[in-house]
Amino acid sequence: MNAAAWLRLSPSEQDALLLSLRVASRSVLASLPFALATGWLLARRRFAGRILLDALVQLPLVLPPVAVGYGLLVLFGARGPLGAWLDRVLHAHLAFTTNGAALATAAMTFPLFVRIIRVSMEQLDPGLADVARTLGAGALDRFLTLTLPLVIPGVLAGMVTAFSAALGEFGAVITFVGNIPGITRTLPLALYTMLQAPGGEHAAARLATLSILLGLAGLLLSEWLARRLWHMLGRGTPA
Amino acid sequence: MLRVAVRKRLSTFELDVDFELPTPGVAALFGPSGCGKTSTINAIAGLLEPDTGRIELDGEVLLDRVRGVSLPSEQRRIGYVFQDVRLFPHLSVAGNLRYALKRAPPTHFVSLADVIALLELESLLERRTHHLSGGERQRVAIARALLSQPRLLLLDEPLASLDRERREEVLPYLESLRDRLAVPMVYVSHQFDEVLRLATHVVLMQAGRALAEGSIGTISLDRRLRTLIGPDAVGAVIDGSVIGNDPSGLTRVAVGRGELKLAAAPWAPGAPVRVQLLARDVILATRPAEQLSVRNQLAGTVSAIEPDDAYSDLVSIEVGGATILSRVTKAATRELGLVPGLSAWALIKSASLHGRSYQRAACLNA
Repeated sequence: MNAAAWLRLSPSEQDALLLSLRVASRSVLASLPFALATGWLLARRRFAGRILLDALVQLPLVLPPVAVGYGLLVLFGARGPLGAWLDRVLHAHLAFTTNGAALATAAMTFPLFVRIIRVSMEQLDPGLADVARTLGAGALDRFLTLTLPLVIPGVLAGMVTAFSAALGEFGAVITFVGNIPGITRTLPLALYTMLQAPGGEHAAARLATLSILLGLAGLLLSEWLARRLWHMLGRGTPA
Repeated sequence: MLRVAVRKRLSTFELDVDFELPTPGVAALFGPSGCGKTSTINAIAGLLEPDTGRIELDGEVLLDRVRGVSLPSEQRRIGYVFQDVRLFPHLSVAGNLRYALKRAPPTHFVSLADVIALLELESLLERRTHHLSGGERQRVAIARALLSQPRLLLLDEPLASLDRERREEVLPYLESLRDRLAVPMVYVSHQFDEVLRLATHVVLMQAGRALAEGSIGTISLDRRLRTLIGPDAVGAVIDGSVIGNDPSGLTRVAVGRGELKLAAAPWAPGAPVRVQLLARDVILATRPAEQLSVRNQLAGTVSAIEPDDAYSDLVSIEVGGATILSRVTKAATRELGLVPGLSAWALIKSASLHGRSYQRAACLNA
């Protein structure tokens, strides 16, 4: 058996891969505005409760993912307070759906996402805005020509990292939305399923290899973006 | 004319300044670190909102808290060179310059080509800003501020972040800026030698107040300067003009109605020259001295004697249109019988005198 044939994915494995990409995209895009707002609040504002907000944002890092999934189930399950409200108002369901998988993923990757955006915003020198003012630049002008170009590489690096992490999210997803082929069975869930099935070793190894390649590509891309940011900010190359 | 009268309660002290500066011209805000110099120019630039006060530039009101007028910084057209440079990191040198030019009003008093030539930036234009040396960065920041076509240029210790050598590299550019462009400048510094080289007018600041203001000649005689610059740097600063070179090669400079001989310098007759006569270098005699190596003898009259420290006095001598200071021991004051009104001769070695060519911008003479 040659390597190319060994790496060829079965239809169900292809489904898992595509579903993972879909879930990760939705997760990143849906959490982007919240990550931007939270990153900006933590980087630029001093307010009562800032430490509490910081702790809440980081909470998923230290909780068992299963606990996060369980929490989502309690809140967004059919009889949960938010789940019932969504059902009544929007006729939308999250438990045991693809969107639910994206929500669980977003909750787990949010700390990482916010951290990268926050760091890029903290590196912005507020003194540059004063320079722009004395040169005649108004508020919108300053945002478009100064803040945005300086922050975008950091935001992109955050998106790529969050996306890579989203592809691998397991515990919260399986707890909140189960392991339904084609709907919630993402790459790591498919891998887990293969490990449980007799004779699934080859498929499991294939999916694990694929996960490694995707993760590596994501991290390299994110690192490249981060280096671009560092270069732009004139701080040489990070160690 | 720049009129500033503002108050602002700051975390460590209260800023309460009131002064007027002639425009055009280079005015120095001089005082120790943390005395409110930067806060003052921030208020002028509109980056700091005073609690009360009024700021007026050439007849236009920039701030009037009573009438609720406060022009936003971006509409004041006041250039600012920051101590920590602050070049835009995502733009090249040329990009930084264009950023200013694009937002400048349509009538330009200085073109991109002028500024590039004046600050010698041609070879740096395509460089990224973080590849520049400290001196180069500050030159780009000065060029950027000029290209916004400001009515007033504020410079906040632009040389403070540079080492001695780099300062000497940038200072001549500031001098040529003063001599070639008519833009009024307010220069913040705690280095008196910079003030001496650049300023026409000085505001002495201490603990949030403007202690004294006047021409550099007047301020150089102010007693309060002594505590700021130390006794050894005290001395009259006199603006004179070159008469020519004498046969021995010394350069003759007219000061008031008298004349000083300086170590030879390549200045054309008529060129304005600034001379500092350090009080410790000026010797007093009560009759004309003969058979001395000293090349300068200025006849004058003692106008004041003030105690300088426990052992010495600071004597002011009027020498025909100029005042010079001499530090003598109290014993000498006593033995020579120095009193106001007494005739005296001030003796100064040519070798201890250093003049500085001081080319005023054309419009200053007008």
